[in-house]
Amino acid sequence: MSTNDMDGTDQIRERDYTGAKLGMWLFLFTEVLLFFGPFLLYSVYRYRFGADFHGASRELDLFIGSVNTAILLTSSLTMALSISAMQKGSKGLSVALLFITIALGGVFLANKYQEWMSKIGHGIYPNSQTLLGQSRGRVLFFGLYFFMTGLHGLHVLAGMVVLAFAAVLVITEKITPSDPIKLENAGLYWHLVDVIWIYLFPLFYLVT
Amino acid sequence: MAETLKWNSSGAESFYRTGRGLFSWIFTVDHKRIGILYLCSILSLFVLGVSFGFLMRLELITRPGPFIMSAQTYNSIFTLHGVIMLFLFIIPATPSVFGNFFLPIMIGARDVSFPKLNILSWWFYVAGASIAIYSLVSGWAPPDTGWTFYAPYSLRTGTNVTLGLLAVFVLGLSSILTGINFVTTTHRLRAPGMSWRRLPLFVWTLYATAWVQIIATPVLGVTFVLVMMERVFGIGIFDPAKGGDPIMYQHLFWIYSHPAVYIMILPGMGVISEILPVFSRRTVFGYSAIVYSSLGIAGVGSLVWGHHMFISGYSYTAGVLFSFFTFMVAIPSAIKVFNWVGTMYKGSIKLDPPFLYALAFIFLFSIGGLTGLILGTLSVNVHLHDTYFVVGHFHYVKFGGGGFAFFAGLHYWFPKMFGRLYNKARATVAWFFLFIGFNMLYFPMFILGYEGMPRRYYNYLPQYHGLQVVSIVGSWILVAGLILMFGNLVYALFKGEKAGVNPWGGETLEWRIPSPPPAENFERIPVIEHRPYEYK
Repeated sequence: MSTNDMDGTDQIRERDYTGAKLGMWLFLFTEVLLFFGPFLLYSVYRYRFGADFHGASRELDLFIGSVNTAILLTSSLTMALSISAMQKGSKGLSVALLFITIALGGVFLANKYQEWMSKIGHGIYPNSQTLLGQSRGRVLFFGLYFFMTGLHGLHVLAGMVVLAFAAVLVITEKITPSDPIKLENAGLYWHLVDVIWIYLFPLFYLVT
Repeated sequence: MAETLKWNSSGAESFYRTGRGLFSWIFTVDHKRIGILYLCSILSLFVLGVSFGFLMRLELITRPGPFIMSAQTYNSIFTLHGVIMLFLFIIPATPSVFGNFFLPIMIGARDVSFPKLNILSWWFYVAGASIAIYSLVSGWAPPDTGWTFYAPYSLRTGTNVTLGLLAVFVLGLSSILTGINFVTTTHRLRAPGMSWRRLPLFVWTLYATAWVQIIATPVLGVTFVLVMMERVFGIGIFDPAKGGDPIMYQHLFWIYSHPAVYIMILPGMGVISEILPVFSRRTVFGYSAIVYSSLGIAGVGSLVWGHHMFISGYSYTAGVLFSFFTFMVAIPSAIKVFNWVGTMYKGSIKLDPPFLYALAFIFLFSIGGLTGLILGTLSVNVHLHDTYFVVGHFHYVKFGGGGFAFFAGLHYWFPKMFGRLYNKARATVAWFFLFIGFNMLYFPMFILGYEGMPRRYYNYLPQYHGLQVVSIVGSWILVAGLILMFGNLVYALFKGEKAGVNPWGGETLEWRIPSPPPAENFERIPVIEHRPYEYK
């Protein structure tokens, strides 16, 4: 017979664990590429308007940014623990950890909202008179800031919805210790949201 | 043939009979039904796109105009012709119709890896198409930017650009989901013995295409979101008045849209690679060369986007590099052409309609490819940029290539998909009309462009009138050919003779199961013992 590496047969059709993982990773790859565009724009404009980016970056609230980073990293931990709990068979603990993860995501968004509001309060938002009166580099920095953190915020929100669905599926026994793939994939998505923030944080808050 | 129905009993019921009513179709998860759904929706939009193209040509019959429409309408019509033909017809056509229908069958599987995701991607397609049509009839006027949506005009125009962009974004989701599904399916669901080197070539090209869909589409998606945000909130990223750079828009747009050209052509090349061996009764010449050139096209094709921007004012070095890569990508394309011709050499050729369409593909694609090299030359490009030469070139590649491959596939797989045979003589007449009409329509464009006629112009100098009329008459012949072709197929749908299991004598798996195939395709999963196209 053949030296085929993966003889796909119909037995694995019903519960193709590797296939589901592969599909999820491909999807995450497309998400990374979605952010690739704005990251590319950021690098080009930062190169052109280095001084403006430097100055504007200092005006962002480093404290809230750091707290949010800590929150999101912790939420990734609770997510990973939730999957471990499921694999070890403790359904209740897994659900509890999922809810903690969702709550941490909510806190992250609340902080982000505060941060946006304070900027908007100072008249710094896209197309505002104040901002348009400033240098072009600052317009672009804050344009990218609002766009990229906004896009990321939408992903956090989407991730929270996904995790909520996962929690429901765990409670209704659609996700079980022997078939945890949906929870694992939800976790992968959450980690992706976290990883993107890990890049956004230094680019906007730290690199001055 | 004793082994014709090796993996099915002869009494298996066709997938058309597994359910009745609208809901059994729009909520189906059967890859074959989804293929048929795509066929119907894509062809409806193709008719719309053809009508726009036809009207646009017709307008130019008098100068200075207006003949049948105003200049503003003309701008909208060429924009919508482009958006519909590219995003709604040629990008999804071959992968979504034939890919969905035949990928699982050709690798010996019962369905794709994620059947629910598959129907979801059709819904996204319908949603995208609906938004595109809505952008036609709502608001002040339909988009008038050209299908490229170049900034800064796309940021300023009062037409329905935001809706148009949203439509393409949603279509992108559909494309990405299909890509993810096909890559996973090809990796995971191959039948026992179906090793990578035994995959039919159509599967290989679908696989390469799926990767391009996955890699390129998100970038276009986010770029269009940025333009939408720009229009709604004025963030300034592409707006030169606020420090943004429209050239960055062009880069991000073509980073997707050039690879998208290969999304359009690669699966078509796969279709041709299926058809030629069957009608030449010979094993395909250079299986590995075709496989590696497909992957090569997908790879190098991702590095040539800058050849759309030679005169945009970016750096000279970038221009030289992009020109170099553009010449490079011609190599795998040419390898394929040589392999196809090599397959026919000393074959026992049968001039059936699918084969004729395949021949037309090779001829037209070669012209399209070679004129691409002319355009890829830096100095010549300065003269030819944004002229009819470019329009002629990409119609030869996308319509002469991608479009004719789709028609070839339609004629090749029609008996399998619908279980009926069409009238071959009429199909051949239609093919002849299409071929003549096509060349009359688009070949004069090369001359017009060389003489300096710019693309997208509503009016033109008197010396271009003669060739414009030739081109317009060509469009009438082409449309007549299309009506004949579809008329013949629709007639066959109801009145055609019943097709047997294997009307063409094909060797790939789809010709081993009933026409039309039963639900789940195979009663027993086949075991593959040799490579495809083994003609004794």
